[in-house]
Amino acid sequence: MRILSLAGRRLAASIPTLFLILIGVFLLLQFAPGDTVDAMMAQMGGGDAATARELRKFYGLDLSIPMQLGNYLWRLIRLDLGFSSIYGKPVATVIIERLPPTILLMTASLSFAFFFGLLLGVIAARGVNKWPDTLISTLGLVFYATPSFWFGLMAIVVFSIYLQWLPAGGFEDIGAVQSGFGRTIDIAQHLILPTLTLGLIFLAIYLRIMRASMLEVLNLDFVRTARAKGLDETRVVAKHVLRNALLPMVTLIGLQAGTMLGGSVVVESVFSLPGLGRLAYESVVQRDLNTLLGIVFVSALLVILVNFLVDLLYARLDPRIQAEG
Amino acid sequence: MTRLEMTRRTALLTSAAIAANVANPFRAFAQETPRKGGVFNVHYGAEQRQLNPSIQASTGVYIIGGKIQEALVDLDANGQPVGVLAESWESTPDGKTITFKLRKGVTWHDGKPFTSADVEFTAMNMWKKILNYGSTLQLFLTAVETPDAQTAIFKYERPMPLGLLLRALPDLGYISAKHLYEGSSDIRQNPTNLAPVGTGPFKFVKYERGQYIIAERNENYWRPNAPYLDRIVWKVVTDRAAAAAQMEAGDIQYSPFTGLTISDTARLSKDKRFIVSTKGNEGNARTNTIEFNFRRKELADIRVRRAIAHAINVPFFIENFLGDFAKLGTGPIPSVSTDFYPGPDTPQYAYDKKKAIALLDEAGFKPGAGGTRFSLRLLPAPWGEDISLWATFIQQSLGEVGIPVEIVRNDGGGFLKQVYDDHAFDLSTGWHQYRNDPAVSTTVWYRSGQPKGAPWTNQWDWKNDAIDKVIDDAATEIDPVKRKALYATFVKEANTELPVWMPIEQIFVTVITAKARNHSNTPRWGSSSWHDLWLSA
Repeated sequence: MRILSLAGRRLAASIPTLFLILIGVFLLLQFAPGDTVDAMMAQMGGGDAATARELRKFYGLDLSIPMQLGNYLWRLIRLDLGFSSIYGKPVATVIIERLPPTILLMTASLSFAFFFGLLLGVIAARGVNKWPDTLISTLGLVFYATPSFWFGLMAIVVFSIYLQWLPAGGFEDIGAVQSGFGRTIDIAQHLILPTLTLGLIFLAIYLRIMRASMLEVLNLDFVRTARAKGLDETRVVAKHVLRNALLPMVTLIGLQAGTMLGGSVVVESVFSLPGLGRLAYESVVQRDLNTLLGIVFVSALLVILVNFLVDLLYARLDPRIQAEG
Repeated sequence: MTRLEMTRRTALLTSAAIAANVANPFRAFAQETPRKGGVFNVHYGAEQRQLNPSIQASTGVYIIGGKIQEALVDLDANGQPVGVLAESWESTPDGKTITFKLRKGVTWHDGKPFTSADVEFTAMNMWKKILNYGSTLQLFLTAVETPDAQTAIFKYERPMPLGLLLRALPDLGYISAKHLYEGSSDIRQNPTNLAPVGTGPFKFVKYERGQYIIAERNENYWRPNAPYLDRIVWKVVTDRAAAAAQMEAGDIQYSPFTGLTISDTARLSKDKRFIVSTKGNEGNARTNTIEFNFRRKELADIRVRRAIAHAINVPFFIENFLGDFAKLGTGPIPSVSTDFYPGPDTPQYAYDKKKAIALLDEAGFKPGAGGTRFSLRLLPAPWGEDISLWATFIQQSLGEVGIPVEIVRNDGGGFLKQVYDDHAFDLSTGWHQYRNDPAVSTTVWYRSGQPKGAPWTNQWDWKNDAIDKVIDDAATEIDPVKRKALYATFVKEANTELPVWMPIEQIFVTVITAKARNHSNTPRWGSSSWHDLWLSA
């Protein structure tokens, strides 16, 4: 019951934010020169003025901006995301088609970053200022400082061109028609390099946060108490320190869920994955307002959902938070 | 790869004649027997909104739709019109009636017969009303008469030069099936546009947006023993560097229309597994431009425009930035267009910094504080690496003669809107695409009276009655010799007045696997049907 009321309150608080974001994106895109018909002309390599006029009417671009915005919001209230001008089908369908690769990539690289960040962070904190710490911290810095497109391309050069272990791009093998388990394995193989590329940068952040957080908790009184009780070091770290040190990590997941959705444009382009990031980029270039707003809407929903789950996790990790909230 | 090298070695050992051919990769394997089968993977860089070439004239559509649908005519190896769905054609002496005899026994992929009714429907409803450039070309088309299933008679209000129509139709003459479009409320939104049905050598199978498009062999194709390939797969790869990597990994065999970066193209041209060439793209020539906005009083002065041209060292730029695939241009009609090229003896503007400075001084724009005469805003189009480099080169060259240039970069839609609709530029630079006849898409850059907002047209606020008259006369001149002479006058006038400067000529670059045979054998090969393309083992 408490969870439901918390969820209800959260949702109520996010609806105004959601509308503000959508109106903001709508207005921002009005400042960009050109509309979807200009973008279409650019793609076609020319066209006459009469055709352009007719197309503008077809896409509803002959209306005034407040009218267009009003129309959009009214449709949104009825849960209608509108029609995509580049794809020629409902925005909802377009987004649902692109959602699986994005979510797969996002969860895979977040889990990878979280798990290894945690592990390496703990190892670094345990051996602070000794060689494992120096090694891990340096590696983290290298990962963090390397641009992801370069990482991706180098991974392709090494693993796809020279070693020929993994596919160079795409979401699945088009040549062979596969089903069930074979297809799962095939998609997994295609996702290894993108996951590593996207995950390594986030890994660097997680491991630094984990290391700092561990060091802080290790110096607290209750840890000294636990050690004084005669608990061995492994138990102290696993049972007492880790749980408390995890809180900032969980916060970070909530914050990064949004970044991951948008931040994968580069990785999706380099590995030719049909994800939401590339769709959003294309919508901007093609001035496909409905699709772009649809993506913002869905991403916002996802971020709200992830943050709600993070809040639940907080309460589970640290019962004191629940008492207050 | 070893196998291929073996073939080469064997060839070298067996015959001196063949050995000579090895140097020319296009003729090296003429003796081989064509092999059936194989999958051809094609790099597809920018997805379009639809795939039907009857309603959108662009290479992004031809590269796919051109294998599935066919046009009335195409160009042969020598660039001359050759019948595809049309077998023969003739024009009446007044040029107002053009009759096409259509091929018999051709069927659509769904089994229905192809007839003159399809031609009539496509011409009147698609080419005349929707197709970009088609609507201009067919402006005076009044009707298409169909006395029988194999005859289509085009009726024009004004004379239509047969040569112009035949050179335009390979791009602007694709036929769609009447029975799939008839009665649909909006042709643009017809689902067939994304799952095209044609008469071509390949049948559409599947389109996964953002990923791939598949087409497979049409077993009932009208040409005997064609096509050779089992299927064609177009892979959507938006990142150019990633596309080059996929080619090296063997996942892609062909990247058309300069799809890779300049550096990757140069690298792969040294790789034996690939052939890098401009051959087969002669029908897709383009020139780099500088467009002048006459609303700026400085640029309305012809001395300033000529000074700007003299201030830029084009041969240096080509040699150091573009390499072998570009050459010095001489005006709006590129040298590959043998039917119309007037030769280089028209007014040209060689690099001469002193002359540029003298012209600017003479025009009264003396250097002010800090050596600045006046400053300009330059809008480069975002279509290619070369434009971006060229814009920077213009900026630096003009800086040296006292004209600071601010470069304003936009994406495609933004560029077209700002230049051709808002006219918010001083200089702009992009590509002028030449489509085999100057009347298709070249003269609109110079003819006055273009509606505001029409991209790639004269939006410079510049009007010249002499040029307008030459353009209009040439568009309806039936005698090919007189037409050529009129276009020579046009180039001379255009280069004298210089509303747009076209100093660089480029042809798209193809990167293709060395295993491909019968490739690049027509001037618009990338857009053509690939009915004779095959892959060696």
